[in-house]
Amino acid sequence: MVAATPIILAAIGELVVEKSGVLNLGVEGMMIVGAICGFAIAVQTGSPFVGFVAAALGGAVLSLLFGILTQYFLSNQVATGLGLTLFGLGLSSLMGQGYIGIRPPATPKLEIPLLSDIPVLGPVLFNHDLMVYVALALVVGTWAVLKFTRAGLILRAVGENHDAAHALGYKVVRVRLMAIAFGGACAGLGGAYLSLVRVPQWTEGMTAGAGWIALAIVVFGAWRPFRVLLGAYLFGGVTVLQLNLQAAGVAIPVEYLSMSPYLITIAVLVIMSSGRAKAALSAPACLGKLFHASS
Amino acid sequence: MKRRSILAAGVAALALATGGAFADGHEKTKVGFIYVGPIGDGGWTYEHDKGRLAVEAEYGDKVETVYQENVPEGADAERAITQMALQGADIIFTTSFGYMDPTNAVAAKFPDVKFEHATGYKRETPNVSTYSARFYEGRAIQGHIAGKMTKTNKIGYIASFPIPEVIRGINSAYIHAKKVNPDVEFNIIWAYTWFDPAKEADAATALIEQGADVILQHTDSTAPQAAAQKADGVITFGQASDMGEYAPLPRVSSIIDDWAPYYIARVGAVMDGTWESSDTWDGIGAGMVAIGEISDAVPADVKAEALAMKDALADGSYHAFTGPINKQDGTPWLAEGETAADFGDDGLAGMSFYVEGLTAEIPN
Repeated sequence: MVAATPIILAAIGELVVEKSGVLNLGVEGMMIVGAICGFAIAVQTGSPFVGFVAAALGGAVLSLLFGILTQYFLSNQVATGLGLTLFGLGLSSLMGQGYIGIRPPATPKLEIPLLSDIPVLGPVLFNHDLMVYVALALVVGTWAVLKFTRAGLILRAVGENHDAAHALGYKVVRVRLMAIAFGGACAGLGGAYLSLVRVPQWTEGMTAGAGWIALAIVVFGAWRPFRVLLGAYLFGGVTVLQLNLQAAGVAIPVEYLSMSPYLITIAVLVIMSSGRAKAALSAPACLGKLFHASS
Repeated sequence: MKRRSILAAGVAALALATGGAFADGHEKTKVGFIYVGPIGDGGWTYEHDKGRLAVEAEYGDKVETVYQENVPEGADAERAITQMALQGADIIFTTSFGYMDPTNAVAAKFPDVKFEHATGYKRETPNVSTYSARFYEGRAIQGHIAGKMTKTNKIGYIASFPIPEVIRGINSAYIHAKKVNPDVEFNIIWAYTWFDPAKEADAATALIEQGADVILQHTDSTAPQAAAQKADGVITFGQASDMGEYAPLPRVSSIIDDWAPYYIARVGAVMDGTWESSDTWDGIGAGMVAIGEISDAVPADVKAEALAMKDALADGSYHAFTGPINKQDGTPWLAEGETAADFGDDGLAGMSFYVEGLTAEIPN
């Protein structure tokens, strides 16, 4: 579960962004900036909670840069997103100069009193730090909002057909900016989870591709929150499982297991890149398309 | 008429400008570095970059250094190295095993550029050199301390890729741990990455959960140190760099790579035109491998033994691979008192087998 949490956080944020019709490839950049923001603030204040808030803010601020460029200046989303990743990596290593080798304050574990005493299942399900549950709650919340609320409906309308949404009087750009900021905040949280809980330390480039995996998992999950959750647990699970199997000395072909999460991701991407399958997988119709009120 | 003279003047100016740039380009020796991780990884790449800075400090205005971080091993490395050669680098250091074939391929295309490949063994053209350090000497000392200090008799080893350098390290550590503690067991995890802090931390955690109380790593980041710090009673060793910020516990000692003297010497050789293709493989004796301070967490007698072994390795009176040693399948490798040869069949350079006692199999 620990291995999957950063990916879940980043992926659920990106899901909302893509549901609003924006393709932000800068997840990796926002994650790493979140990782250093969270780490730096947590070290300064001694409170991991404040660190996570700062990480969300950092990710959101960076994502708004992307939002302004793509929504107001109508820059190409793919290029801007990639640029954001490069910018984020550079910025984070600059900000992280003074924080190499420092130990962050420990994030308290949340042991649910009765449930964590259940044999086997207890430690597996109910003995994690708070962020694991926050991530789960976010997934459920996102699902509920998208499915049942008016705000979710508007968001999806903007993503499916921005011209129609505009004609109905919804502020397409504003909705998208909010979605982008939410995505940035989630990615930032995911990054901070890496630097504050999972590793826990700051190292340059420490996300090492987690943002790209989050992107792929959104596609893998066909833009549905619970499938994204499943995809992330599958990915995180296989990663940790293969390490544990090796540690236990079980003779398995390591290379294949190491590869398997990536292979599945590629397969899904290939399937979904053909047009008909794309519709079947219910990608938002306006994904990646630029919107301007005059057009 | 007038227009033509302007054109001619333009051409002349252009010729002057480019001529000037050429002259300028050859005034300074341009030194390129290709890194596998970020310079702030706190381990492998960090030490190479310290070597780069030492070159700058040594030669000042006479050199210009450029580097590229996070270059993946494999096909993309060829592009990165080519680009560096096209930018006018006079000598390029490629600092990871996986750059071996790309380095040789690019070297064949740029006969005037010198290439130095770390930890490899292929020198296909006269402008390629290889260099490496005898990390296994440091591993012998680590194995000794690990064998003495483990309470669970389980030692976890985070390996990167199944290449000779990594296998040598595992063998060396195992032989010396076994020597002082016959009950010792090695759990080996192949991470298939040089740098991925999250994965390295997960690997360390998995090993600790399996009961290992000593973690040896052959990956580049400090993440396993952080993971060990989270668990109580686990000791680690700094890899490639001192990782002293994790001392005195969990990090009890380290293997430090010191590339600076080699880089300074090689760049100097390019400057005065004496550079020749060579194969350098130095250890503790020559100073290319250093042992980081052994912290107080190690009992004094163990520390003294470790330091004695270090001195013996340095002056050559002891070799880390001294017989009798059998291969994993029980066939004899080294006879009593025999030491391993560097090259040839069963030599150290191409080592691809475990020694007797290790239970795992090498993935291929």
